[in-house]
Amino acid sequence: MWDYSEKVKDHFIHPRNVGVIENPDGEGEVGSMACGDALRLTFKLDESGRIADVKFQTFGCASAIASSSALTEIIKGMTLKEAEKVTNRDIADYLDGLPEQKMHCSVMGREALETAIRNYRTGSTAKKELESRVVCACFGVTEREIERVILENGLSTVEEVTNYCKAGGGCGGCRDDIAEIISRVRGEPAKAEAPPPIQRKLTNIERIKLVEETVEREIRPSLRQDGGDIELIDVEGNRVLVSFRGACAQCVAAEVTTKEVVEARLREFVSDDIVVEEVKP
Amino acid sequence: MTEVYLDNNATTQVAPEIIEAMMPFFEKLWGNPSSMHTFGGQVKKHVEQAREQVAALIGAEPSEIIFTSCGSESDNMALRGAADAAGGWPHIITTRVEHPAVLTPCRYLEKQGYRLTELEVDSLGRLDLDPLKTGLRDSAAIVSIMWANNETGVIFPIGEIAEIVKGAGSLLHTDAVQAVGKLPIDVSKTPVDMLSLSGHKLHAPKGVGALYVRKGTKVNPLIMGGHQERGRRAGTENVPYIVGLGRACELAAQNMEEEAIRVAAMRDRLEAGILKSCPDVRVNGDRQNRLPNTLNVSFEFIEGEAILLSLNELEVAASSGSACTSGSLEPSHVMRAMGVPFTAAHGSIRFSLSRYNTEKDIDYVLEHLPRVVARLREISPFVR
Repeated sequence: MWDYSEKVKDHFIHPRNVGVIENPDGEGEVGSMACGDALRLTFKLDESGRIADVKFQTFGCASAIASSSALTEIIKGMTLKEAEKVTNRDIADYLDGLPEQKMHCSVMGREALETAIRNYRTGSTAKKELESRVVCACFGVTEREIERVILENGLSTVEEVTNYCKAGGGCGGCRDDIAEIISRVRGEPAKAEAPPPIQRKLTNIERIKLVEETVEREIRPSLRQDGGDIELIDVEGNRVLVSFRGACAQCVAAEVTTKEVVEARLREFVSDDIVVEEVKP
Repeated sequence: MTEVYLDNNATTQVAPEIIEAMMPFFEKLWGNPSSMHTFGGQVKKHVEQAREQVAALIGAEPSEIIFTSCGSESDNMALRGAADAAGGWPHIITTRVEHPAVLTPCRYLEKQGYRLTELEVDSLGRLDLDPLKTGLRDSAAIVSIMWANNETGVIFPIGEIAEIVKGAGSLLHTDAVQAVGKLPIDVSKTPVDMLSLSGHKLHAPKGVGALYVRKGTKVNPLIMGGHQERGRRAGTENVPYIVGLGRACELAAQNMEEEAIRVAAMRDRLEAGILKSCPDVRVNGDRQNRLPNTLNVSFEFIEGEAILLSLNELEVAASSGSACTSGSLEPSHVMRAMGVPFTAAHGSIRFSLSRYNTEKDIDYVLEHLPRVVARLREISPFVR
């Protein structure tokens, strides 16, 4: 049964500030239809640099819509410096709390705000900076994002991390990885690190084999989980040619494209100069 | 109180006739049917009458019916019991769209060393039978294929499947939880070895089910420690509920044909009305071959949970295959197996009707749903 506060229901049924501002000062878009929720935020500043108007559009469940609405109410009238300090906790608290498994909705709000502010400052329109290693390939969640939800919300279990940023909620292949990040961030003794792989130039055959193994072991399971698949077409030096099948082929809306995830994985496991190119079947 | 209940594949209203049939077994006839004294022993004939009623609905012999606590227990008993009894079936074949009560035991058995094959479905949710034939050529197998799908209502050709499986000398179980009481089933003509059914899907209460086991089929008990159900399922019989299930089967046998036509007409009107009043809608599953009561539709650009909560505010109960309602972060395994695009899977809604729905219910949904969809689309960034 729905476990939403009256405030969540109110903001879902009567969302504030729905829409798009024409010629906004800042604009941010995060999430994707494939992932189940997405948020587009636009704002305009007044002469004194305060957020004069802000509007949102959201695809998602009731708590995603309510979180977006709450975010716009919170930041209206703030300077960007103040707005930057808004955390996902603030959004959840404003709504008198969200169910644990819906906390990722509040995180999406905070991410959209950051993206919009970055857009205002740098003109960047990137949905998300791939600033660190992608840990969860199913939902395109990076190591830094996981670290951040752990720190900001005092999380201590993998399940909590999944509730807050979805990482680990797909094929589950990265759950051990998340557990390690938790113990590292929380300052508990992390497992001894494996010695770094010997960096020498791979022969062509070694490279092809390693690419094949990595696709099989690290990439295909998470794509299969989503009813998609990947086919390795060719390896030419550092260029890896692949094509996507099924659900993955149409997952164009993903915030981190499947191609980017595959590339990040191959760079991690094979060599850091790999370039993935998508070939249409 | 919900105004319009359209979630009958989840559970159904207990029929007043069934409550009436059950009451004496709480109030007066509460003895143990295994007792030697008359007070208890007289109850046994009512359990046996219920067994006859269940058997009659599906064309079985009464001795082939084992009462259980639910459909999930029936599925578990069929799969684990058959695997345990024979040991000679190294291979298990099922489909990707089964209920978790089948899929989970199958995957458990895979961990125990059985080879597991999960058959694929096409975009309409139809089964490709060639891999089944090929799979059975290698080795005998326990095959478990549902009669009808709970999410889409798509009906599998169990008759044809039974011929293939029996022709190959293998064992066939079918999870008919959604089909019993909605479709004519006759195991004397369709040679399945085991069939699961559940009371609360056909207007009996929750907490009672049955497993049909064809005479001669070896199945070990899951629950041991008593002679009840001829040693195949220990535990003092849940007499009132068993009586309720019997009455439910009797009512279904009387009314099914007529009701299927009436319910299907309402379902079709709901479907046509939605397709007409809401743009960017798709029906999930094979419309030509579907349970008469089930409609699964996807509303593009919006998310299922948001639709459901909006309907809930209007006192309409339905369900969704969206990630937010599946208890995980991904849309339902059935939608994914069918390759329904994510954009549509997240916005899928299942309406499932019963004999208690009225034309007024359909009018009410058709009056309000387009506004709910339009409102959420106004909020959605994907409607440009």
